[in-house]
Amino acid sequence: MAIAFKEETFRDDFTFSNSPEAIRRFPFPFHEDSYMYSVNLEQHVPVRPENTTRSLPDTVFDKTFDVDEHYVAEMKDRELVLAEDPLRCQSLPHMTLAGWDLLELIMTAKAAEYPDLFELHRDGDHWHWINRPLGIEQKFVFMDETTLPYGPMEYITRQTQGDFALLDQRDDNLWMDAGMVTTQADWSLDFDIGMNFFEWHAPVPKAHEMGIFVRALKFLLNIRQGSPARRLNWTLTVNPLLDTSPENYHKWGVQRATLTPENLGQKLHLRVELQTFFRLPRSNALVFPIRCYMISFQDLVTEPKWGRRMHRVIRDLPDELADYKGITRNRELILDWLSHYDDGAPTSPGAWADER
Amino acid sequence: MSGGGKIPVTVTEVVRVNELIKRFKFERSDGGLLPTFSGGAHTVVEMQDYGTSRLNPYSLMSDPADTSAYTISVRRDDEGRGGSLFMHRHVRPGMEMSISNPVNLFPLDLRARKHLMIAGGIGITPFMGQIAQLSAISGRFELHYAARNPALAAYASELSARYPRQVHLYFDDYDQRIDLQGLLDGQPLGTHLYVCGPKGMIAWVRNTAEAAGWPREAVHHEEFLAPPSGKPFEVKLAVSNKVIQVGEHQSLLEAIEAAGVDAPYLCRGGCCGQCETDVIDYDGTFLHNDHWLSEEQHAGGKKIMPCVSRFEGKTLVLDR
Amino acid sequence: MSKSVLEPSIPSRPVYGELAPRSGKAHLFIADAEGAEAILDMAKTAPDGFFARAHIIYIPKATGERYLERLESLDPGQLYFGPSYEAALPRLRRTLADAHMGLQVYLAGTEGLMGRAMQEATEAGIPHTAIQSEHRGSTARRVQCVHCKGITEEVTTDPFQCSHCGLHLFVRDHYSRRLAAFMGVCIDAEDPGDIPEPVERFT
Repeated sequence: MAIAFKEETFRDDFTFSNSPEAIRRFPFPFHEDSYMYSVNLEQHVPVRPENTTRSLPDTVFDKTFDVDEHYVAEMKDRELVLAEDPLRCQSLPHMTLAGWDLLELIMTAKAAEYPDLFELHRDGDHWHWINRPLGIEQKFVFMDETTLPYGPMEYITRQTQGDFALLDQRDDNLWMDAGMVTTQADWSLDFDIGMNFFEWHAPVPKAHEMGIFVRALKFLLNIRQGSPARRLNWTLTVNPLLDTSPENYHKWGVQRATLTPENLGQKLHLRVELQTFFRLPRSNALVFPIRCYMISFQDLVTEPKWGRRMHRVIRDLPDELADYKGITRNRELILDWLSHYDDGAPTSPGAWADER
Repeated sequence: MSGGGKIPVTVTEVVRVNELIKRFKFERSDGGLLPTFSGGAHTVVEMQDYGTSRLNPYSLMSDPADTSAYTISVRRDDEGRGGSLFMHRHVRPGMEMSISNPVNLFPLDLRARKHLMIAGGIGITPFMGQIAQLSAISGRFELHYAARNPALAAYASELSARYPRQVHLYFDDYDQRIDLQGLLDGQPLGTHLYVCGPKGMIAWVRNTAEAAGWPREAVHHEEFLAPPSGKPFEVKLAVSNKVIQVGEHQSLLEAIEAAGVDAPYLCRGGCCGQCETDVIDYDGTFLHNDHWLSEEQHAGGKKIMPCVSRFEGKTLVLDR
Repeated sequence: MSKSVLEPSIPSRPVYGELAPRSGKAHLFIADAEGAEAILDMAKTAPDGFFARAHIIYIPKATGERYLERLESLDPGQLYFGPSYEAALPRLRRTLADAHMGLQVYLAGTEGLMGRAMQEATEAGIPHTAIQSEHRGSTARRVQCVHCKGITEEVTTDPFQCSHCGLHLFVRDHYSRRLAAFMGVCIDAEDPGDIPEPVERFT
């Protein structure tokens, strides 16, 4: 199946939009009418919707690294972010090996799962990589940094959607010692690099007291080669802005004040992160890809179940969580808008859209 | 899910290394490549020992960059429960077996300025993979390897031929001892210390390092406990609603698995924490043998590590 | 000045303890101002001969010569009095470069000093958890502006104005050991010009 890559922007004139196909496969994160933290980790394997008879051509969970219609545009946006601020991509010296692990994981997965888009030819350590959508062809020597234009992590993550954190595992903890972070929900790699699992999650309210991170860490430390895991996280963003970084908050923060009842459906986006975790073979590190999917509220409510449920989730969200997700200032406005799409009817279990 | 995916392999080589140790080579039965691993990793080998299924962890000692085959070395334990005896007596080239994906509970700390390795006897095996990995990236290491005598010092001559400046050998029969205090004294900041060998050696190295002011995070050890034998006992598994018998030479984890109940595990040696199980009710005495639970937890009667720990008494009910 | 009691906070915010003598080959102290008191208090429980293998790097700041004699009376192997942390840095780096495993590091005084010395010690290969620290004296903070990356020293008010780019920043408790700094974030990003009166929070 050929993907029609879109020409669109995630800044200035914000021409980003989802095709009907992309709306249909959107990873709606709420499996019930309310939201609270949980250790919602599961094996990262393709799933078929259980609670619907609806036939989906594909889901975002089918491939190791999902490639969609926004691929080329997202990679252009990443290039712009990095040109402006190279600190968004950093790797502490001991993480180079993990970078090679990641490069191998992504290249082999993409070449196997999207043979029409990517090719990898290996002759011992001499590798030949072809990336058709981005028009890249590279011959290089595996594990020889001098044969690539960037370090291995930067090289491959300039060609892969989503942010990437490389986590070193030692002393029964995970340490964020490298990453490519340009599509983040308001956290700074430059500030957090070198922190352990509890430290970089320090600003998250409530979850520490609930013991969420202790349990999640235990699960993640035991992730094995060949058995990746995943979870979804979410927030709301005004305008389809991929780079909601703390670094640029003084520039984009003001956009939060531009919501009106008239423009909300078009401007406000549900932002979902598909977070996956893979054990890397040579370094014994974990890679933590954080893939961002966005959908405007006007597109979201085209699925009646999602509209109803979104209203109930925002309505019942504890204040601390609303604050943390940056929703507080617009909460009343959002609820008012969403209430028109909630007739009070019960919703079916699970996150998948209903058959129509 | 226990143990991750299994990999069907064929034994392609069995070599007698010395009177106690045999080396086994595994290749994928489907002819493909095995997963890359990191130095210090182990695999769990599944043995079908005439009705008893055994799962023993062994360190991978081949070059981690070579994915065409894995090799392990097995020391024969005549007093043990039979896993090593099965490997020594029955495993022949051509045999089909299955092994787990590699798991590393003894990884190198890649930030180290220098890696100082101390091996005793069969404890040399995880260092073989680590040294191969380090020499490929020009890592700085030093190995101090103690064995009873040259004949029993597996791979010692190969190692010292290949790394004459980094490898130091010590033989008990010649009254040679590692001058640990002196060795630890001169190490530059940023050195990491690794030890694998008999229980007594691990304790000696860890205690000496602690007294010399080495940080806990810079001292790494790996010790696979073989599950000890003991008196048979009965266990009720509450979730699966089964009553099972644990045999004299069987571990509690093996008995749970034999009853068809899926239980998580990684190391099967009391150190990774994966098989930690809640105790619902008991009347008797726990025989805790793991390194995972704290002393308070051992005394608390609420947790057990079924891979190595046992029980004596009237009733034991587990949350499985 | 008595021991500092800092309010409980989020898990990235450093916590400080009380210095205690540990076994080790050599002992390196880095302290500023009232941090000298932590060393003097610890000395009461130190075994005989402990300070013979100690190197004390001390920056008195406004305390002048107040602790000089008492530190000298510990008879440390090496004692350095310096005008500033920057002036002491080459000496600290030289000391760490030649040190062996078993070196114990003790930090005492202000957060800024301890954080920066911690940077050097961890960079040299000592795990941060193996480094002892005790807070004494000022609670002024070292804060990095997340926007321009400039670090402002001795921040006492919240919000404050970044000494590099001039943005008005509120001070978070989120702390980076690598930068030895708290995070400062623009306070009027959503409502430009709406800047609350600065409050003296760190003294």
